[in-house]
Amino acid sequence: MKIELRHIHKHFGPVHANDDITLTIPSGSIFGLLGENGAGKSTLMKILSGYFHPDAGEIRVNGSPVVLHSPADAIRFGIGMLHQDPMDFPPMRVIDNFMVGYPEGLTLPRAAARAALESISARFGFTLDPDAFVGSLTVGERQQLEIARLLWLGAQVLIFDEPTTGISAQQKEKLFAALRRLAEAGKTVIFVTHKLEEVQILCDQVAVLRAGKVVGQTRAPYDLDALVRMMFGKAVSKGQRTSAPLGDVVLQIKRLAVEDIRLRIAGVNLEVREGEVIGLAGMEGSGQRHLLRACAGLVRPVEGEIWVDGENLTGKGYHEFMRRGVAYVPAARLEEGLVPTLTLMEHVILADEQRGLVIDRQTALEKTRDRIATFNIRGRPNLPVESLSGGNQQRALLALLRPGLRLILMEHPTRGLDMESAIWVWETLKRRCREERTAIFFMSSDLEEILHYSDRILVFFSGQVSEPIPAEGTTTEQLGQLIGGRGFPSGKEVQP
Amino acid sequence: MSSHEILIGLAGVLFAAAPVVFATIGETLTERSGIINLSVNGTILLAAMASFAVSVSTHSLWLGFLMGMAIGALVALTVAFSSIALKQSQVAVGFVLTLMTRDLSYFLGNPYMGLRGPRVQSLPIPVLGQIPIIGPLFFRQDPLTYLSFILIGAAWWWVFRTRPGLTLQAVGERPEAAYARGAPVHRLRYLYAAVGGALVGLAGPTYSLSVKAGWKGTISGLDGIGWIALALTIFGGWDPIRGAAGAYLFALLQWLGLVLQPYMPNIPSQVLQVAPFPLMILTLLLVNIGNAEWVDRTLAGLPPDARRWVRRILRWMQVVPPASLGVPFEEE
Amino acid sequence: MTDRRTGFLFMLLAVLVALIFTSLVLVIAGASPVAAYWYILKGSLGSWTNFANVMVAWVPLLLATSGLLITFAAGLWNIGIEGQIVLGGIFTTWVLRLLQHSAMSPALILILAIAAGAIGGALWSVLAGVLKVYGGVNEIFGGLGLDFVAVALTLWLIFGPWKRPGIGSMSGTEPFPEKLWLPTVAGSRLSLWALLLGLIGAAVVYFLLSGTYFGLKLKAVGKNPRAAHLLGIPTTAYLMSAFLLSGLFAGLAGAVQVTAVYHRLIPAISSGYGWLGLMVSMLINFQPAWVAPVTLFFAILNIGSIQLPIVLKLDSSLSGVLQGALVLSFLLMAGARQRWQEKHGQEVSRE
Repeated sequence: MKIELRHIHKHFGPVHANDDITLTIPSGSIFGLLGENGAGKSTLMKILSGYFHPDAGEIRVNGSPVVLHSPADAIRFGIGMLHQDPMDFPPMRVIDNFMVGYPEGLTLPRAAARAALESISARFGFTLDPDAFVGSLTVGERQQLEIARLLWLGAQVLIFDEPTTGISAQQKEKLFAALRRLAEAGKTVIFVTHKLEEVQILCDQVAVLRAGKVVGQTRAPYDLDALVRMMFGKAVSKGQRTSAPLGDVVLQIKRLAVEDIRLRIAGVNLEVREGEVIGLAGMEGSGQRHLLRACAGLVRPVEGEIWVDGENLTGKGYHEFMRRGVAYVPAARLEEGLVPTLTLMEHVILADEQRGLVIDRQTALEKTRDRIATFNIRGRPNLPVESLSGGNQQRALLALLRPGLRLILMEHPTRGLDMESAIWVWETLKRRCREERTAIFFMSSDLEEILHYSDRILVFFSGQVSEPIPAEGTTTEQLGQLIGGRGFPSGKEVQP
Repeated sequence: MSSHEILIGLAGVLFAAAPVVFATIGETLTERSGIINLSVNGTILLAAMASFAVSVSTHSLWLGFLMGMAIGALVALTVAFSSIALKQSQVAVGFVLTLMTRDLSYFLGNPYMGLRGPRVQSLPIPVLGQIPIIGPLFFRQDPLTYLSFILIGAAWWWVFRTRPGLTLQAVGERPEAAYARGAPVHRLRYLYAAVGGALVGLAGPTYSLSVKAGWKGTISGLDGIGWIALALTIFGGWDPIRGAAGAYLFALLQWLGLVLQPYMPNIPSQVLQVAPFPLMILTLLLVNIGNAEWVDRTLAGLPPDARRWVRRILRWMQVVPPASLGVPFEEE
Repeated sequence: MTDRRTGFLFMLLAVLVALIFTSLVLVIAGASPVAAYWYILKGSLGSWTNFANVMVAWVPLLLATSGLLITFAAGLWNIGIEGQIVLGGIFTTWVLRLLQHSAMSPALILILAIAAGAIGGALWSVLAGVLKVYGGVNEIFGGLGLDFVAVALTLWLIFGPWKRPGIGSMSGTEPFPEKLWLPTVAGSRLSLWALLLGLIGAAVVYFLLSGTYFGLKLKAVGKNPRAAHLLGIPTTAYLMSAFLLSGLFAGLAGAVQVTAVYHRLIPAISSGYGWLGLMVSMLINFQPAWVAPVTLFFAILNIGSIQLPIVLKLDSSLSGVLQGALVLSFLLMAGARQRWQEKHGQEVSRE
């Protein structure tokens, strides 16, 4: 099916997310949509899949204009989308997930669904257990489930929004093979990404989005430098890998075991030194978060010990860790990091040492203005935090960290941020490593981020933890293989 | 106490539990879609009063029941509307409604206090009613009790075995994902609010035209039952069968209380009357304690075997609400 | 249109809708709405005695609502407030019974009794708090269950251990000697001491919630406990102190009911002020500055409708209907206003 987008506009408040976008997407090939975070790619694709309504503009399918009121409409026209965060139901079983959204009948087409899931899986080499709970699958497997489901519903146009985040090298290979087969079978495949290499190896042609506009369109083979210029409007680089000189041991983990109902990680040993950055790599849900949380006292380990600055803090709560200079920065900024409805200033008051009983608003206001300037936050002191953009929320979280910390534990430091903000975040963090000798312990599903900013890396694979590997000299491809299980005792290399 | 008396008593338990079953299953359906209708307690009172008044004035039981269900649906739709269209807190609106409908029932029901009205007659089923034990228990009841039996199975079948039921689960679990798959989330929420509300409303006339026929204002003994139904919805883990089982358990315990009262003269009657409420707290404690953070921390300190066992037990008791319960969702 | 003026217009609209709804209910009941409203006003503001009665009802309502704002700030629905008022009444009665024949000065006995009432309310509230924080039982259900238990406890006391000489009755326990009554203004039932207590209470809550670290931290815990924990706030301690303080205020309300109004324990000692306080809190959108005027207005409605059964043969629950309709239409209009402003591009104010 040929898709045409003509003069699409979309505003979110003051932000012009899509500004007069016109694109023609042919069938039978893989069409890349390239742009950095916040360029408007996801918005455009959500418009095409009926999730958003454009403020102006037209969508044409095979030459005739269509109006999509809802995703249901889009599916009727054969347009299906795989969202970056898989839109599925973790507490339900695979087979039930597969059937949610099936358009007709009173009873469930259980037998037909099983047969379809099996045959589509066989065709693409997917391995999905129909009776497993979706919550226990990896992101890669959840994508496979979505692909199978959309094909079962007869999708002709498949949109993939950043599908390679958080999956292993093996899964990525399988995904790309599936995409190529879909294109060969005459489907329209749209591949949304911010990674140049992926465009290079996968896409037949690519359109580049920047700040809501289409800034260029080319076909393979690509001039990568030209693509970079189009994406950012200028040359942007993360700069050289830098390391702060290492000092004394800050954090010591001895034979640590952490568990919950789903997962157990055990036998972790590690020493983290002042100024050191340790990256935790692994597919989502492989145990990185467990370790990170345990090191902050947010969950209690079942075995082993945690020492901070030579003091045994095993079994202590987060606030005890805080007093020793440990800080935890969560990924879910509005769910866990900030308090919606409270203002920036109120956050500054809360994060600071309490003085007396009554709040001195004047001092707090000055302090907040100061932080806003230092951390380059676009916002006013009396603005509720939820009205800030994602990047500014992340800056606010960093602005709330007290000076002189010993150890910062971070989940996904740059998730959802544009390149400039991401670079800025890491500059700030690295400065702390150099100047305050702070150690940083972070998890990320962006392998390049881990390789570029860490000194050493721990790799997680379904609860198993590797020995620390030096980041210097490791490639993205190698790391992708490792998080997929290569080199682990029970690593199922063949299994995606 | 003879075995015959016990049988009659147990049949009475099934009979008396019918309205609680209606309300619990109604609320279960509504909450499955992500809407908390906290107005149950007042709704039952208002529906009981209004349907009694209508039946007294029109001599029609049917109109009475219709009235009760319409009130239930209307009140529930108010909650749904203020949440979906006006973005107001479901808890706040439901709570105001539960108080207002209660006062409304006392205010408007004043002229009908103590009047005699029609009531639903029992309807033994010819052959089945003759089966020993099972007959008197299940087949010599009134039509409402039969309806309650059928409803339990039907609701369970609908939620867990049909395609629309799967969509209902999906909407309550993750509305944005259900929406992405074509489910009209808002329309479904209105629908299940109305259907669930109507069932809650049905509990009213089931009292005032059958189980506790008549209207006696503040001493009708109905105040509080709606809260029990809300608690049973949680206790049942949003499963119609488990919720109904809870309703029968409560009816059974209340009956036992009555039967045993003469043997325990030291326990004042007031204590027995409110016994369901501490019991309600206890059941909620059992199904929720596994969610408490300190339990997790304490567990981590136990030896591995004990840890595993305690976890298994807690997990077996634990209930998990539909993830989007009470959370508004915005369709673009 | 300015933000302020829109707000005022929608408020007016809300009042209008509530009045229309209630009038409709009155018409259904076969009564004249105008007459009903007239008698409500006359019954509450028509004479000095009537107004004094309004003030008598105002004090416990003011205390209960002030307490509720503390729990609401922490994101908690303290439905258990009714039971906490009752426990306040029970504890006060208990101390008065213990000390009424002692040689202690009446003032001291009264102070002890009122303090005991506050403690009683706090204990009952903390119980709901423990169930919530350590047992995962939603405070709505925990509190509600404890409400019913508290009422049963009162009945048991009145008909059992504390029954009047002879036989217990619904009229309550034996009244206390007059020296143990909070002194009232001559010719009325209004106690200035109680009034002072109520006003101080409301002022304390206003100050606590709008100017102190405690209030701000409480709000953080209420809006996002997980983020509050990561910001270093001991969330459990804050939740429990919210319950404790709220129960303290409720207990004071119960103590006032016993020492200043009824001078004994009666079955309906809480007079439903807990429920009413919840309604007021929602109506004023939990803003402490509005507590005093709106509780006064609700007290006017309550006292005014007491006469309705006598003069119009209507049930006095009409005040509840009117109050409920008011709160409901305010909630709906708040939503409508937000939508209206979104549509017309105005920034939605946060308050």
